[in-house]
Amino acid sequence: MSRYNFAYLDEQTKRMIRRAVLKAVAVPGYQVPFGSREMPLSYGWGTGGVQVTASVIGPTDVLKVIDQGADDTTNAVSIRKFFERTTGVATTTRTEAATLIQTRHRIPETPLRVGQIVVFQVPIPEPLRWLEPREAETRKMHALEEYGVMYVRLYEDITRHGRVAQTYEYPVIVDGRYLMRPSPIPKFDNPKLDRSPALMLFGAGREKRIYAVPPWTSVKSLDFDDHPFEIEHWDRPCALCGATSVFLDELIVDDKGGRLFICSDTDFCSRRRAASDPIPGR
Amino acid sequence: MSGAALDVRNLAKSFTLHVQGGVRLPVLTGVSLSVHPGECVVLSDPSGAGKSTLLRSIYGNYLAQSGQSLVRHRERMVDMVGAAPRLVLDVRRHTLGYVSQFLRVIPRVPTDQVVATPLRAQGVEASEALARARAMLERLRIPERLWTLSPVTFSGGEQQRVNVARVFVAEYPILLLDEPTASLDSASRLAVVELIREARRRGAAVLGIVHDAQVRAEVATRVRTLADTEAA
Amino acid sequence: MNATVDDRPLLSVRGLGKHYGGRMGCRDVGFDLWSGEVLGIVGESGSGKTTVLNCLSGRVAADAGQVGYTKADGSVVDMRRLDESARRRLLRTEWGVVHQHARDGLRMGVTAGANVGERLMALGARHYGRVRGRALDWLARVEIAESRIDDLPETFSGGMLQRLQIARNLVTEPRLVLMDEPTGGLDVSVQARLLDLLRGLVDDLGLSAVIVTHDLAVARLLANRLLVMRGGEVVESGLTDQVLDDPQHPYAQLLVSSVLQP
Repeated sequence: MSRYNFAYLDEQTKRMIRRAVLKAVAVPGYQVPFGSREMPLSYGWGTGGVQVTASVIGPTDVLKVIDQGADDTTNAVSIRKFFERTTGVATTTRTEAATLIQTRHRIPETPLRVGQIVVFQVPIPEPLRWLEPREAETRKMHALEEYGVMYVRLYEDITRHGRVAQTYEYPVIVDGRYLMRPSPIPKFDNPKLDRSPALMLFGAGREKRIYAVPPWTSVKSLDFDDHPFEIEHWDRPCALCGATSVFLDELIVDDKGGRLFICSDTDFCSRRRAASDPIPGR
Repeated sequence: MSGAALDVRNLAKSFTLHVQGGVRLPVLTGVSLSVHPGECVVLSDPSGAGKSTLLRSIYGNYLAQSGQSLVRHRERMVDMVGAAPRLVLDVRRHTLGYVSQFLRVIPRVPTDQVVATPLRAQGVEASEALARARAMLERLRIPERLWTLSPVTFSGGEQQRVNVARVFVAEYPILLLDEPTASLDSASRLAVVELIREARRRGAAVLGIVHDAQVRAEVATRVRTLADTEAA
Repeated sequence: MNATVDDRPLLSVRGLGKHYGGRMGCRDVGFDLWSGEVLGIVGESGSGKTTVLNCLSGRVAADAGQVGYTKADGSVVDMRRLDESARRRLLRTEWGVVHQHARDGLRMGVTAGANVGERLMALGARHYGRVRGRALDWLARVEIAESRIDDLPETFSGGMLQRLQIARNLVTEPRLVLMDEPTGGLDVSVQARLLDLLRGLVDDLGLSAVIVTHDLAVARLLANRLLVMRGGEVVESGLTDQVLDDPQHPYAQLLVSSVLQP
């Protein structure tokens, strides 16, 4: 049986992707085109994120993979197994133990630290695509910093709903220059991007774009002076661990409309429970 | 001529009708005349001699081929022949008023605003311009109920009076009048005659075409034909 | 209203030319435009008048000539030599372009209010209430009912679309507006209303404009001066009333005599 190259991709491809990553880090928020490869998973399932991870992962890395905040969903498990098989690196569910975190649609609740890299899976990288279908035109708009149109989108929301209705993939300005689409993370997570000690990398496989937010970079969510940016709030804590000020998922538990609100970040929740319950192994 | 407000020298104007085989009609062949402040010079040639053409050429509405048409504008003598369009517009705005035989109307503008427009062009503030316009309309016996209507439905005589009002309200230093009292009843004619006299009294120079002998007698300080020459 | 005679023209065009392969779009077109003036460019189809307008705005790259524009800060730039970013910014701030088909100049997928407010937001306006207030203000000026501010332009009539396009362009108080057949394709009563509006705005705001039209009545109503074009060249120029009442060039005479009077 043939063996895979380290992290599945050949060295030339990894080098090409690293160059794109370096360019992205040098121009925060700018979408760098790259030669996206066919991966053993379909478009829409994280091929961009997997390619970025495969290009930056090394033998001493400790990898965590989450999907909507959970380590144990099908996708997270599959991707983690993929890397275990092709690299042999150690994996973990604990955020603070990881050096490399690949994520779909969430940033962990546990604060990140210097030296960590977060790789985001991105479906549509272009924040202006909703208005302008032409790639040539959106590139020009970014080059000329013509972002008035994004405020039109916010204006329309406020007109229609009385407030900005965008609750995920909320557009941001990176380093005071580029308009960026931060992947479909809830707007709740946007503040975590601002001046984070970690390196944030974004990979879109189908659209063939990579972008980055280097550590300590300013990331500001778009808003109006009289309609400032606000994150979500829940009126109750997590039903399992009692945490407040974290992103909660809503679970329907029976046929009578019963529902539970629990932490979306499974690692964060389980360790809080472990800390409050002294019996080990629970 | 020194002191003249309007000094026309050897003005020549012909029409070449390309659409009709290039036939050339020489209408003015060297007209010279001058009008001083306070004068009212009336042209007495018969119809078709080119009197209206002369007025239009002085106003810049027609293009003269040669000669000069000097007007005193902002303390200088400006030659309207060959003048840049911008200069002609400035002269028309501040110095030269022209009452034509026909009123060209924009269908939806109220009469009082039509009359106020030249004042607005001179920088007069809107409400004052309207007030002065209405006063002038009243003088020319246009009833108040017509002030908010467009002149497009007015009779010939009413339109003529609006035309006169529009020019006299702006108190131009030089006036070109083409049959200002044609189609007016005697009371309105009287009002126009008084306006012309007032203009002369404030120092305006008037060049007019008047067929009616009685009106001519009441306004003209000098009567001449196109062909007349003047003593130097 | 402008009561003094400015020295420097707002727009100074010399030798403007554009070829389409072997076909000439326009050649050696030149004129000056001062603040507060409206220049009409008239001619029949294929005369090159729209080409001139497109060369002025840079929508089409001219092959020859200069387009000198005096900016609000007093500096003079050649629009042809301006870099893309500066040109686009100028077109959003000091210039306005009103297209013949309103759809080309509007975003049909966003509300009327957003259409009018967009340039303000592009220039840094960040207060929703104030942007909306300015939009309401301008909709009133172009005689669109306030209640339509949140409607999509798809629901507007042709005349309303054109008025919305005008509002969208004038909200930044541009110094120069280029208009291509602003009343084209509209019913006569709608045309009339639009022309009155344009005339009023030009007078009230002291707008300078270059208006391309094939309709001499529109030219007489709106323009102080005219250029008559034929086969890509200017055959006659002068005061509007002089060109229309005493045309000199054979083609200009033909054009004027061809107009039907109802």
